[in-house]
Amino acid sequence: MNIVVCVKYVPDAQSDRSFRDSDRTVDRDGVDGLLSELDEYAVEEALKIVEAAGEGEVTVLTVGPAAAANAIKKALQMGADKGVHVEDEAIHGSDAAATSLVLAEAVRKATSGTPELVMTGMSSTDGVMGVVPAMLAERLGLPQVTYASELTVGEGTVTIRRDGDTASETIEASLPALVSVTDQINEPRYPSFKGIMAAKKKPVEQWALADLGIDSSQVGLRAAWTSVVSVTKRPPRAQGQIVADEGDGGSRLAEFLAGQKFI
Amino acid sequence: MAEVLVLVDHADGRLRKATAELLTIARRLGEPSAVHVGPGVEKAQVTLAKYGAHKVYVVDDADTAGYLVAPQAEILAALVEKLAPAAVLVPSNAAGKEIAARLSIKTGSGLITDAVDVRAGDNGIETTQSVFAGSYSVTSTVTAGTPIVAVKPNSAPIEASPAAGVIETVAVPMSDAAKAARVTDSRPKQATGRPELTEAAIVVSGGRGTGGDFGPVEAFADSLGAAVGASRAAVDAGWYPHSSQVGQTGKQVSPQLYVAVGISGAIQHRAGMQTSKTIVAVNKDEEAPIFELVDFGVVGDLFSVLPQATEDVKKRKG
Ligand SMILES: Cc1cc2nc3c(=O)[nH]c(=O)nc-3n(C[C@H](O)[C@H](O)[C@H](O)COP(=O)(O)OP(=O)(O)OC[C@H]3O[C@@H](n4cnc5c(N)ncnc54)[C@H](O)[C@@H]3O)c2cc1C
Ligand SMILES: Cc1cc2nc3c(=O)[nH]c(=O)nc-3n(C[C@H](O)[C@H](O)[C@H](O)COP(=O)(O)OP(=O)(O)OC[C@H]3O[C@@H](n4cnc5c(N)ncnc54)[C@H](O)[C@@H]3O)c2cc1C
Repeated sequence: MNIVVCVKYVPDAQSDRSFRDSDRTVDRDGVDGLLSELDEYAVEEALKIVEAAGEGEVTVLTVGPAAAANAIKKALQMGADKGVHVEDEAIHGSDAAATSLVLAEAVRKATSGTPELVMTGMSSTDGVMGVVPAMLAERLGLPQVTYASELTVGEGTVTIRRDGDTASETIEASLPALVSVTDQINEPRYPSFKGIMAAKKKPVEQWALADLGIDSSQVGLRAAWTSVVSVTKRPPRAQGQIVADEGDGGSRLAEFLAGQKFI
Repeated sequence: MAEVLVLVDHADGRLRKATAELLTIARRLGEPSAVHVGPGVEKAQVTLAKYGAHKVYVVDDADTAGYLVAPQAEILAALVEKLAPAAVLVPSNAAGKEIAARLSIKTGSGLITDAVDVRAGDNGIETTQSVFAGSYSVTSTVTAGTPIVAVKPNSAPIEASPAAGVIETVAVPMSDAAKAARVTDSRPKQATGRPELTEAAIVVSGGRGTGGDFGPVEAFADSLGAAVGASRAAVDAGWYPHSSQVGQTGKQVSPQLYVAVGISGAIQHRAGMQTSKTIVAVNKDEEAPIFELVDFGVVGDLFSVLPQATEDVKKRKG
């Protein structure tokens, strides 16, 4: 089983994330970036599948600026076999639809047109839309089984368990398919010293739009199907009243709620 | 007036609150039409009409049951092509966003997710998103195709505005591709009798500080008629079901009142509750980051503060 895992490079959520004044896109230079934490679960699950099968390869694919190479590096250190980095000035400012176009063409090229299993995280930790997996599946003509909290790959099929709001569901699809995983599915491994050393020798392909047959007019800020008109920093919430419990904390809480008409 | 399609969020005709909100919002943009996929429209029709649906498009055949999101995307795509609506509104939950995602690619239309406000602007439909855990507000428009907007629950107070709600049955042939992923087993979860987490006006959540005893949290929630949520630490410990998790990888809630009990306030938790109108916390550590967000906070032990508050609420309610 050969698996392509899509991983995104995102600004660290612990740092002060912001937007560039010039074009209202995410400032990816001013802050530390990392492999989107939720994509680690997809990498881990892919590694487990290949390890259990005893054959196959895990390719990690990212679309992003030069620094996004760090996301690939981390995944290779965890144990992925090779990386694909699609980087092109023209991609800057792409919306979800354009991102999925680039990912789709890159998946096709990486698998010579015949993907077996494509995996993603449940959402990125910056855009947090949770739509790229479905868009990618649509473009590749694949069934999607998303939000997997358990995953089993069988003979020509993939089965997941999804922990829904009203029911726990078992969902099945035939391969090839696209699967997105949640943070409930596993415990991502930390790169070992051996893994870190081995990653240095693993191949990483560098592709530009031309390598994928995508015209630069199809992506980027100007081609986006959505447009950001304005970005405003919210004033931090004014700090409210904080009281220490001196035996009357519960009553004071009830008093506050009554004052706000919640009771 | 141009038609605005609203995807009905329902379980066998039992409507979720989001649907009335979407219809209310759709009226700002044009004339709402509901799209009801699956059985039960006879139960839903009255309410759909009450909140302003002029028409109710119904697709109810076996092909739509048990096949996840792809058939609904095909249905909406067919309707978009036929009706050229001014916009399509869907609920911003996992399924709604995925349907919208496929619809976006099928129709070459821009998609905005997690909108907390939608209005008619000078350059077409304008939306507001609250991003980076609530630290920024972003105003956006759609520049290609039919604007598709996934709207978060609790983004508008629902208002009735009776319309005809005329049922129009439509037949959309389903492709084999749409049926490639199917639900083979479904185990319903036990109903708690409490309001649904994302719809509730009040949410009381417990964290690691409960030490696994959610009794005081549930009692307080019940005194207020609230839904119960949990932090990931509480979910990972197996104290509360994952479907109750609030945060980045759980539910995003935006109630009138959010009460965080024994929760420190990690960025990933904030991402799920920061847009709540009023925030209250009970935590024994006065340094807990959750206190940066609160309108009212009690520094104290939840096991004494909550029972007292519960008694007081009950007394006040009489
Ligand atoms: C705050 C904010 C709000 C935004 N709102 C919108 C909007 O309303 N409409 C819109 O069209 N665009 C929007 N964008 C832009 C959009 O987020 C980006 O285009 C992004 O590339 C795709 O969306 P996502 O990060 O939300 O991905 P998600 O759909 O959340 O990503 C899910 C998974 O897809 C894979 N993936 C996503 N991006 C990549 C990548 N670059 N490389 C490899 N794998 C990837 C990963 O496996 C990831 O876990 C927004 C961006 C931000 C920062
Ligand atoms: C990729 C990723 C995704 C995540 N997604 C989520 C998510 O969706 N939701 C989420 O919640 N977290 C999420 N997390 C985890 C998050 O980072 C925190 O670890 C988590 O929110 C902590 O939960 P907590 O506040 O209950 O526990 P803690 O941080 O341990 O806080 C417990 C609090 O309880 C207080 N306390 C203890 N005893 C008492 C008492 N008797 N009375 C009053 N107060 C008491 C303590 O002072 C402390 O502040 C995610 C993390 C990652 C890496």
